[in-house]
Amino acid sequence: MITGKTIPMNAEKKQSSIAFVIGASSVGTLIEWYDFYIFGMLATILSKQFFPAEAGTAALLSTLAIFAAGFIVRPFGALVFGRLGDLIGRKHTFLLTLVIMGGSTFAIGLVPSYNSIGWAAPIIVLILRLLQGLALGGEYGGAATYVAEHAPAGQRGFWTSWIQTTATLGLFLALGVIILIRSNQGVEKFSAEWGGWRYPFWVSILLVGVSVLIRMRMSESPMFSKLKSEGKTSVNPLKESFGHKGNFKMVLLALFGAVMGQGVVWYTGQFYAQSFIETVCKIDFIQSRNIMLVAILMATPCFVLFGWLSDKIGRKWIMLLGMLLAILTYRPIYKEFIAITAASNRVQIIDYRLTKAGPLMPLVDAKDKHKMYIRQVIDTVYLDGSNFKYTITDTLIGYNEFGVNRPINLLNPTLIKYKSPKPNVVIEKTMGKSATWDMIWLIFIQIVYVTMVYGPIAAFLVEMFPTKIRYTSMSLPYHIGNGVFGGLVPFLGTLIVEFTKTDTNPGGDVLAGLWYPIGVASVCLMIGAIYLTNKVDKNVMD
Amino acid sequence: MNHIKKILGYVWMVLAPAIICFLIYEAYVKIGIAKPAERANTILQWVIILIIFMPISIGFFIFGKYAAANEYAHLPETSDELND
Repeated sequence: MITGKTIPMNAEKKQSSIAFVIGASSVGTLIEWYDFYIFGMLATILSKQFFPAEAGTAALLSTLAIFAAGFIVRPFGALVFGRLGDLIGRKHTFLLTLVIMGGSTFAIGLVPSYNSIGWAAPIIVLILRLLQGLALGGEYGGAATYVAEHAPAGQRGFWTSWIQTTATLGLFLALGVIILIRSNQGVEKFSAEWGGWRYPFWVSILLVGVSVLIRMRMSESPMFSKLKSEGKTSVNPLKESFGHKGNFKMVLLALFGAVMGQGVVWYTGQFYAQSFIETVCKIDFIQSRNIMLVAILMATPCFVLFGWLSDKIGRKWIMLLGMLLAILTYRPIYKEFIAITAASNRVQIIDYRLTKAGPLMPLVDAKDKHKMYIRQVIDTVYLDGSNFKYTITDTLIGYNEFGVNRPINLLNPTLIKYKSPKPNVVIEKTMGKSATWDMIWLIFIQIVYVTMVYGPIAAFLVEMFPTKIRYTSMSLPYHIGNGVFGGLVPFLGTLIVEFTKTDTNPGGDVLAGLWYPIGVASVCLMIGAIYLTNKVDKNVMD
Repeated sequence: MNHIKKILGYVWMVLAPAIICFLIYEAYVKIGIAKPAERANTILQWVIILIIFMPISIGFFIFGKYAAANEYAHLPETSDELND
């Protein structure tokens, strides 16, 4: 057992003790990431379940809840739980964050839909989402600090890199659980009010239960125990972290010289990339997630590799090289995504058995019998095995109500009051084997950048601040960098693309959204290169 | 190197208010051209952006001020150095 007192241990015992510390901390952190991610991944379904379809106040709430709330509150969670962790200890604090996270995730899965309880639904979900953000804000700093304070000098990068894998593995777990349930249930059952989309939320309570049991067996960090026994813990961690110029300037340096760039590289590689291949390249829901899964799995060992390497050659240049590569290659990579998935770059199979247009399907609107949709599905198969499905929907509004079974050819044009000027075309692309692998490699490259910037960052932050205010001091820049700068990448990226849309170019510049992560990473790279030191601090006991 | 750190400190001090001005200008323009149906959502988006990035820009200004004062000429190597 690890205590604040120095106890002689043989190397083997020490190693297994660290392995237990890493395992127990990582499992909990992984589950917290899982909880945080499933909300984002099911955002489309959640917005339909918990918010009314029409625009208005509820739509504003949905924007607030889905795009921003969970991220914005993370720095506040860092302050609240960071302070607590520096006052009462790391173990109990991150046990608390785990329970809050698990409880609020489970509760989201129990909230009835907007159709059942009206306005209460989005409000409850928003509150629970805020709790998730707060809990995550407190969790990571605690886990990273806890592991780093157990790790031997000279191996801190290696051991904390295991904690760094949890964010990506949490995403992996969330993707896997969602795909598994959706594949078994089918789209309709999965998206129903009490359908399969709720299961990933319910699963959380089991995972959290197991993790709480494991974490309860853990002892307090030896460095914190030592400080406590000597009566040297901080009385006011917030004041000491941000009120003293000497420490505050390091908080600012950590944010602007390292974490800000790390955050945007991480969220671009793992979230913007997924959103891009799904919404811009129109890759099918399941396939886009499978591409992410494989790429994540392949790149995850690099977290440990770069964590280990940072112990040997220093943290600074590994992180900054990751940023530099991202800045230089993001636009070529995303251009390549578009090229790989373009219909113009492939040869169509002219065989009516494979490439076929489905029948015209007239569908009368359930609520408005004057409205009818004419839908046709066209499957196009290409030589490389890719299949592009075009669902073309035209809307008609008649002077009289349409009959449910009235054949389309009986419609008299003089009865039509309105016909949409341009049919709505939804494209779903399933890529062939070679194109799929091309996409996996491009995502893999981006996740390798993530591992370069993210693998060494926990050790880097831990070494920057003293034990008595470490939890508070490192949590705030981390969560501003990741929660705010990083978390807003998909939102701001999409917004920037919207700004480029004009009447002459209604699609806008789809690559314009990349200027946000490129700009932030560039400033961070410059600050980091000039102001940071590459020295590894061997002694974090002070 | 310390000279570059100091000069860049002034750059950050100028850049921080420039970012705030740019965001306020963009918010004004984008809210102005938003269609009536989308206006409320556009206002909310920009309010979120301004609320988040204004304090961060102030932090960036303070960072620049420290850099210009050569506070980063030597980075602390022990915890005692952080307590000044």
